Amino acid sequence: MCTTCGCGSDGATIDHHHAGHPYVARRRGIAAPAAAAAPGAETGPGRTADAAESAVAASAAAHLRQVSIEQDLLARNDAEAVANRRAFAEAGVFALNLVSSPGSGKTTLLVKTIERLAGRVPVAVIEGDQQTSNDAERIRATGAPATQINTGKGCHLDARMVGDATASLPLARGGLLMIENVGNLVCPAAFDLGEAHKVVILSVTEGEDKPLKYPDMFRAADLMLLNKCDLLPYLQFDVEQAEAYARRVNPDIRIIRVSATSGLGMDEWMEWLAAGASACDAAAPALEQV
Amino acid sequence: MHELSLAESAIALIEDAGRRESFHRVRVVRMEIGALSCVEPEALRFAFESASHGSCAEGARLDILPIPGEGECAACGIRAEMETAYDLCPQCESRPLKVVRGTEMRVKDLDVE
Ligand SMILES: Nc1nc2c(ncn2[C@@H]2O[C@H](COP(=O)(O)OP(=O)(O)OP(=O)(O)O)[C@@H](O)[C@H]2O)c(=O)[nH]1
Ligand SMILES: [Mg+2]
Ligand SMILES: [Zn+2]
Ligand SMILES: [Zn+2]
Ligand SMILES: [Zn+2]
Repeated sequence: MCTTCGCGSDGATIDHHHAGHPYVARRRGIAAPAAAAAPGAETGPGRTADAAESAVAASAAAHLRQVSIEQDLLARNDAEAVANRRAFAEAGVFALNLVSSPGSGKTTLLVKTIERLAGRVPVAVIEGDQQTSNDAERIRATGAPATQINTGKGCHLDARMVGDATASLPLARGGLLMIENVGNLVCPAAFDLGEAHKVVILSVTEGEDKPLKYPDMFRAADLMLLNKCDLLPYLQFDVEQAEAYARRVNPDIRIIRVSATSGLGMDEWMEWLAAGASACDAAAPALEQV
Repeated sequence: MHELSLAESAIALIEDAGRRESFHRVRVVRMEIGALSCVEPEALRFAFESASHGSCAEGARLDILPIPGEGECAACGIRAEMETAYDLCPQCESRPLKVVRGTEMRVKDLDVE
């Protein structure tokens, strides 16, 4: 297991909201390819401890050679992210990856956003959580299509999960695909999903110095939503300081102060979304049927 | 950073190479890990051990080659070592340095038989 957060990547499931059947994502090619690679049964995954030991002993005398690899650990994820990005561009969909600590208000913001865009911009949602389909159900209650990914012990979404999940979602041209990542300010920064932008949500109950504590996430994001601003009168939270820290880490980050519950700043967020969606629509390949 | 899934990716890259280069046993794995990459080397070591079970890299020694963080200032052009990804330029203190080195997370090479 991951010693930092106890995460593992096995057992991610994707719930299709039409059929209730769980989709079990394949394990990431660790054991099976070994068997294919080594017809000699003694090196397959099912070998006994004894066989492994004798293989080790025999190898002492074996000839070693050096093999150059020179590949990034994220190479596979990045390749799947490139494929997702291409699919989103062809569909003319504006895809966003929403990242934050747990409980910053991602789902509430999404629900309010969908309500405000209703009838203007179609929105499809992918919800990532370790367990439960509560968040996808909150989205579906608005009438928007949503797919829940449960990562099990995994602490972030990866590009393959998102690729699989989009297969069951309607992606409308000129619409939005909102991907709510697992609440975690650490590893989602490293895993490209194929999104146009990462949007980091920081809520005012979390402390001003989050950008300095988790700089990778704030560097990876193009937009920061400072949420729960309705609570500012009750808190000791220095908004200017929080924004200065975010800009220290990422001088180009755009910041919008919002409150999902009071509606503060939501118009500016809607404008940003609508502009992105129409740019994706305009850039998409021309429709065939004319 | 998510060391277990990175370790699993490393094993997948190594197994791909095993098919390509026809080796079935890996003795040493060398990885370059940058100081600004957020990979905790000890966590990666631990994850690598568990991810390698049943693969051709089971029991292999993992050598982690650390790469120091280094950045360049867009304003004055100075190059300096970086401890965090948002270190300010030590000379003009205007903007954070632009990272030029130290975010690596790569499988460099292997000793195989
Ligand atoms: N006062 C206030 N509360 C908010 C606001 N936005 C969300 N909340 C509350 O914050 C809590 C968490 O909100 P969620 O929308 O579930 O947060 P989340 O980021 O989706 O949480 P996870 O998916 O569990 O990480 C709920 O009780 C919300 O009602 C806001 O703008 N103001
Ligand atoms: Mg949520
Ligand atoms: Zn993770
Ligand atoms: Zn982790
Ligand atoms: Zn400078």
